[in-house]
Amino acid sequence: MITDVQLPEPKTPLPGATVNSDQGLLMWISSVDHKQIGIMYMIMTLFYLFVGGLLALLMRVQLMMPENTFLAPDSYNQLFTMHGTTMIFFVLTPAILGMAVYMVPLQIGANEMAFPRLNAFAFWISFFGGLLLYFSFLAGGAPDAGWFSYAPLNQTQYSASPGIDYYCIGLLLSGIGTVSTAANLAVTIITLRTPSMKYKYLPVFVWMVFINAFLILAAFPSLNAALAMLLIDRQLDGHFFNTDAGGSALLWQHLFWLFGHPEVYIVVLPPFGVLSEVFQVYSRKPIFGYPFVVGSGIAISLLAFGVWVHHMFATGMGNTVNSFFAVSSMLIGIPTGVKIFNWLGTMYGGSIRFTTGMLFATAFLVEFTIGGLSGISFAIVPIDWQLTDTYYVVAHLHYVFLGGSLFGLFAGFFYWFPKISGRMYSETLGKWFFWLFMIGFNMTFFMQHILGIIGMPRRVYTYPNLAGYSLLNLISSLGAFLMGGSMLIFLYLLYDAIKRGKRAGDNPWDGYTFEWLTSSPPALKNFTILPPVYSFRPVHDLNHPEIGDYQKSDEEKYGTKDTD
Amino acid sequence: MEKFSQLPYFLSPASGQADRIASLTTYFIIAALFVLAVVIGLLIYVSVRFRAKPGDGEPKQFTGNKVVEGFMIGVPTLLVAVFMYLTIDTMANVMPAPAGNQRPDVVITGHRYWWEASYPGTKAIVANEIHLPVGRKLLVHINAADVIHDWWVPQLGAKMDAIPGRTNYVWTTIQKPGVYEGACSEFCGAQHAWMRIKVVAQPEAEFRKWVAQKEQDATTQLSASAQAGAAFFSHQPCGSCHRIRGTAANGNVGPDLTHFGSRKIMLAGLLENNPENLRKWLTEPQHVKPGALMPRFGYPKDSITVLVDYLTALK
Ligand code: HEM
Ligand SMILES: [Cu+2]
Repeated sequence: MITDVQLPEPKTPLPGATVNSDQGLLMWISSVDHKQIGIMYMIMTLFYLFVGGLLALLMRVQLMMPENTFLAPDSYNQLFTMHGTTMIFFVLTPAILGMAVYMVPLQIGANEMAFPRLNAFAFWISFFGGLLLYFSFLAGGAPDAGWFSYAPLNQTQYSASPGIDYYCIGLLLSGIGTVSTAANLAVTIITLRTPSMKYKYLPVFVWMVFINAFLILAAFPSLNAALAMLLIDRQLDGHFFNTDAGGSALLWQHLFWLFGHPEVYIVVLPPFGVLSEVFQVYSRKPIFGYPFVVGSGIAISLLAFGVWVHHMFATGMGNTVNSFFAVSSMLIGIPTGVKIFNWLGTMYGGSIRFTTGMLFATAFLVEFTIGGLSGISFAIVPIDWQLTDTYYVVAHLHYVFLGGSLFGLFAGFFYWFPKISGRMYSETLGKWFFWLFMIGFNMTFFMQHILGIIGMPRRVYTYPNLAGYSLLNLISSLGAFLMGGSMLIFLYLLYDAIKRGKRAGDNPWDGYTFEWLTSSPPALKNFTILPPVYSFRPVHDLNHPEIGDYQKSDEEKYGTKDTD
Repeated sequence: MEKFSQLPYFLSPASGQADRIASLTTYFIIAALFVLAVVIGLLIYVSVRFRAKPGDGEPKQFTGNKVVEGFMIGVPTLLVAVFMYLTIDTMANVMPAPAGNQRPDVVITGHRYWWEASYPGTKAIVANEIHLPVGRKLLVHINAADVIHDWWVPQLGAKMDAIPGRTNYVWTTIQKPGVYEGACSEFCGAQHAWMRIKVVAQPEAEFRKWVAQKEQDATTQLSASAQAGAAFFSHQPCGSCHRIRGTAANGNVGPDLTHFGSRKIMLAGLLENNPENLRKWLTEPQHVKPGALMPRFGYPKDSITVLVDYLTALK
């Protein structure tokens, strides 16, 4: 039986302690509490999800029929650039940071982040980066060269409006925030774990965030450097990427994708962690293959830096270079793909509750598999030579980002909602939202695989009326509206839960990790006492002493021998 | 419902290279559908079989199974190994390095927002409607004049980026005569959507005849109105961007117009080439193709009429 308890950081005063709720908005603005900052991240994310979604709907209206004239080409190009940029940098990236900032201290039994003020700084600088990016609409035109903004199209002689300057500065600011938070999370996990929580007892979500922090620290500097160089080109007549003056167009692609490919994993590893928590608790079983799930996360993060050229197979780098990156890209598919079976294994033999969170998690398994398989098709270089830069890519990237990352984040959102808000949400509304969103999503993007295969390039503001084009595009646009409509249900669900939701209690799902020991929502000081940790699901051990993991050998706990 | 069986592209490759890629794609799709079916099948099975029922206690807590994990890693690794082999083999076949000094059969240059083709060893230079001979392994060089574009004719094989300051190549061995459609596949600015490609594949003899015809300078047999158009053209800035071989016009910002009258399409696929469309374009270019690099000159109606007569006469 678990007896002895530990006190988390007994002597350190909390930096957030001066904050209190009668300060209203000032409380939020001045807060350095990791939970409040996490919530602000999530609100910002949700806001930009709506903005980015609105831009997408406008695009889909334009593409609903061939040779439509709803939008001018210029406006369309600004919209898709802002849509992609928003979704990557101001939805998915802050969403994973927000969840991590909120949950990591709770899951490791800490009361704060290692650097609470840096935490607040990072949020606000990202926030202002986003505002600045959107200010470009008022300042003479939004960026219009795509979210990866290829050289030399990103040079002043080809894109004269100041949009791309705002792109550089906006992303640099938010990039500074992202890197700071990554460092902060890594240090927090290293230094503030409750003393008995060894690395092998870290919850899977914490592991993924930990790995991810290093991925961010290695990847973002490449982007930040490229953006600074681009700014020099545009403002000071530099010649890094200006081909008319002897610069290199491919240099930009190398720098960008050296960041850009790891970024894809940056926004998917934490959702992998979230899903691992969700599958465990709703199946009432520990994760299948814990050492594998963690180890493959590490493998992915290392391999992620060896695959960037797979975005450049059609640039004529030669068969030798292409073969190397084809092989590394296929290899990274293995640890990623195998995780799907880890989660299926977690469900196997369980006692599964299909809450809204679990529905998103199970749907993720299918959508992410589709996205992963179409991803492998790009590693097969000759297929890439046909399909890159077509709608097949658009389908692929949405299956990964939306069907993967975003579904994972939704699963986590519903899982943790009772903890964060203290209220239960309506499962009926949740299920309506889930089904409409999921059907809309597949309607929108499945068709686009076919559009790409039959020859429709991406980033076109219109298309000729060739066989199949109009029908498939119409279905796709209708699906987008279904998805957009379902988001309104989501908003109503939030409103309903906060207004009328039942009190959640501390641990409504019978969860396994430390956040479920706190009150819902957690008090400013998360923990006063903590039980010692003997496995990666300490609260399960506490609540189910008769089958608790602490009684087991490592062999039984992890399915493998493990000494430490 | 349109006839999907008639969708060209992948489903009916027309070159040896596209053919190889299409069969690799078919193998991949089969493998992918198999994996997807396994995942969906397992998911449905566990979801139905292990759904919580009222009164269930905690299920048996187990955390792994060596045999299952072995399969989980082994089967994907095997699949990946097979596809690695096929990938490298197909690459070598589709994109072998050309001999260093091999003269290309055609040089394609991407411009905002149109395509230029020249045929080394001949004087022929054409825009947008590109003729190629069938039955011969052609070396195609690909360049760009301004930003990155991408040459893609799905039925003819691999796409390839056109990058300023760099010469790329693709091979194509066209198997049957026909008209093959393609499009610029790398975002290049406002009118990326209307940078389409039309390749006309012909038997060798017909192709030679076509080249010989394109080598000619512009016709000088013009009606009175067309002559007036020619005079007008030569006094306006048109020639600083367009070329009409045999006249002083020698620009290269816009498409070559030497044989404009014999083209079926204009504006890289946006419109059919007829006098009415041409008139529209010359009157309001920024309405017809907003963002295209041709300014509106605001010429009077009758000047436009003689210009149209001149350009359509350029067969
Ligand atoms: C209602 C939902 C959505 C719709 C209808 C939609 C639609 C589109 C469309 C039409 C494009 C332009 C494709 C092209 O021509 O290249 C696009 C691009 C993109 N979308 Fe979405 N999208 C949606 C949601 C999302 C979400 C949730 C994300 C990520 C979280 C996302 C990420 C992207 C990215 C990164 C691009 C590439 C932009 C670029 O090419 O620069 N989208 N989307
Ligand atoms: Cu182009």
